[in-house]
Amino acid sequence: MLQDQDRIFTNLYGEHDWRLAGARARGDWDGTKALLGMGRGWIINEMKASGLRGRGGAGFPTGLKWSFMPKTETDRPHYLVVNADEGEPGTCKDRDMMRFDPHKLVEGCLLASFAMSAHACYIYIRGEFYTEASNLQVAIDEAYEAGLIGKNACGSGWDFELYLHRGAGAYICGEETALIESLEGKKGQPRLKPPFPAGVGLYGCPTTVNNVESIAVAPTILRRGASWFAGLGRPNNTGTKVFCISGHVNRPCNVEEEMGIPLKELIDKHCGGVIGGWDNVQGIIPGGSSVPCLPKDICDNILMDFDSLRDVKSGLGTAAVMVMDQSVDIIAAITRLSAFYKHESCGQCTPCREGTGWLYRVMKRMVSGEASLEEIDMLEEVSYQIEGHTICALGDAAAWPVQGLIRHYRPQMEKRIKDYRDGKVSRAA
Amino acid sequence: MSTRNLAKEQPESFAFTADHEARIKGIIAKYPKGYQASAVIPMLDLAQRQEGWVTKPAIDLIAERLGMPVIRVLEVATFYTMFNLHPMGKCHIQVCTSLSCWLRGSNDVVRAFKDKLGVSFGETTSDGAFTVSEVECAGACVNAPVVAVGDEYYEDLNYETMSELIDTLKLGKPPAPGSAVGRQGAEPEGQRSSLTTDPTQPIPKQDLAASMKKFEEAQAGARKPEENA
Repeated sequence: MLQDQDRIFTNLYGEHDWRLAGARARGDWDGTKALLGMGRGWIINEMKASGLRGRGGAGFPTGLKWSFMPKTETDRPHYLVVNADEGEPGTCKDRDMMRFDPHKLVEGCLLASFAMSAHACYIYIRGEFYTEASNLQVAIDEAYEAGLIGKNACGSGWDFELYLHRGAGAYICGEETALIESLEGKKGQPRLKPPFPAGVGLYGCPTTVNNVESIAVAPTILRRGASWFAGLGRPNNTGTKVFCISGHVNRPCNVEEEMGIPLKELIDKHCGGVIGGWDNVQGIIPGGSSVPCLPKDICDNILMDFDSLRDVKSGLGTAAVMVMDQSVDIIAAITRLSAFYKHESCGQCTPCREGTGWLYRVMKRMVSGEASLEEIDMLEEVSYQIEGHTICALGDAAAWPVQGLIRHYRPQMEKRIKDYRDGKVSRAA
Repeated sequence: MSTRNLAKEQPESFAFTADHEARIKGIIAKYPKGYQASAVIPMLDLAQRQEGWVTKPAIDLIAERLGMPVIRVLEVATFYTMFNLHPMGKCHIQVCTSLSCWLRGSNDVVRAFKDKLGVSFGETTSDGAFTVSEVECAGACVNAPVVAVGDEYYEDLNYETMSELIDTLKLGKPPAPGSAVGRQGAEPEGQRSSLTTDPTQPIPKQDLAASMKKFEEAQAGARKPEENA
């Protein structure tokens, strides 16, 4: 189990002062000038060596992403955009980082922007996070006041402006190009790639979009060293990660743990176990609503990292663990997610716009059992017609939970249909 | 996707208050020259804070102010679900019913407001005091079930605490936001399994000079083959 001294977010629970004085006492903004003095090449190299993979869901190596930005600034300015549009069902980690440890993010924005030759950074925070945005704005103002950001940030000679931008309720804006569109004052509809944001991003300029957690851990990684971070977890799945554990556990919580911790240990150690005991598990969604649900026999031994979960056809995603015990109607649970994706589809690509509604309508019939057995195969086939046929990953995200349900819970679906036919399920259900 | 249309009945006109006008200047200054359209969401938000909802005259005014075609502002107003396109009750309660909340009993929370207020999702009480909406994931899943009242989150609710919350709101005395079971944030309730030590203990730092030397050596090593070629 991870020790407190290896935890990055030491005020994750909000018990200590989140403002500048408190943050400094916890080691933030310590020697930032010296880190900037090490130069871009060193910072990017250190981030690569740490093995940090993006914490927003896709798990793309952060250092590598930073290295895609043009080396020198031309007539087009560079931008860092921080994705704080947290809204993946099950996920609530960025929220606590921003309201309880905002200076980690502000310092990370400076270091990351410097490494990518960006003089300006926008943090795009979801509109519903009002308190979080207020705290973050206070932290930004404090950092300006103290000369940590702004002209000659930290006395480094680097000019850096940091702005907070509030969204207005659209899950799709968590997709990086939709976020850029939204920041430009448009509907949040994803752009076709290429061109990638590192070439043509915000206002047509080179842009990198990173998740809050990826940026907020950067200062600690640089201070303590890439080898410290890389020494935690497993190769290719290094470091620490904030897990959000919700649903049927005795004590739901956010907790920062080592990557690759066994799922069962994570739940038993930090959440007081599953309600009714481990044997009461029906299924666990390991990484937010977009990744397929796993049945108990896989959950028994699975490690919580990118590669382990990919190997069982699921994913670490945002590391939002949603636990469902035996009392749950799992078909109804996945249908709730289908309703979510139907609501949140931006409507741009036909397979997603029409497909998410179609999935939801058929899933509703699967809940009542008012379907034919062949429709299960048809449902799966349609999900594959959506997956990979859209501009962004929302289509995939809508398809995967349904595919996971069919893969692991087909007997329950078949039983529901048979029960309905036999009159065992009320027709009103 | 959700289909949203403007209200049929619209007021004659709209103007920002002097206070909001001052804030708008600050908002537009955040974005590079020529890209003031970025301010459209913040301005619609201010208009909504002023009137309780986004009116057609407000959309027209914002379009004019930002040099945008009206249709572009209309698109934004209808796309983002936080913009209310119809008159609202004084108090807007938004109930999350997404998976984590549903697993922890959001159905009971829904039942509580229905019992107390006699309205369903999307409806306003006859006295105009409350509008209740269903929202997709509020992003506070570990503290589920969650409702937002105005800008504030109320967390860890059940039937009883949701009923009490509505009673206090009716009296016009909203309680302090946050967890109904006394949690500060998303820590486990009761027994603590992490962050039990002093967070101000010095953090072991790497030797930057040594790290730089190693980095420079590696860089030089990588460059050599090219030089020989």
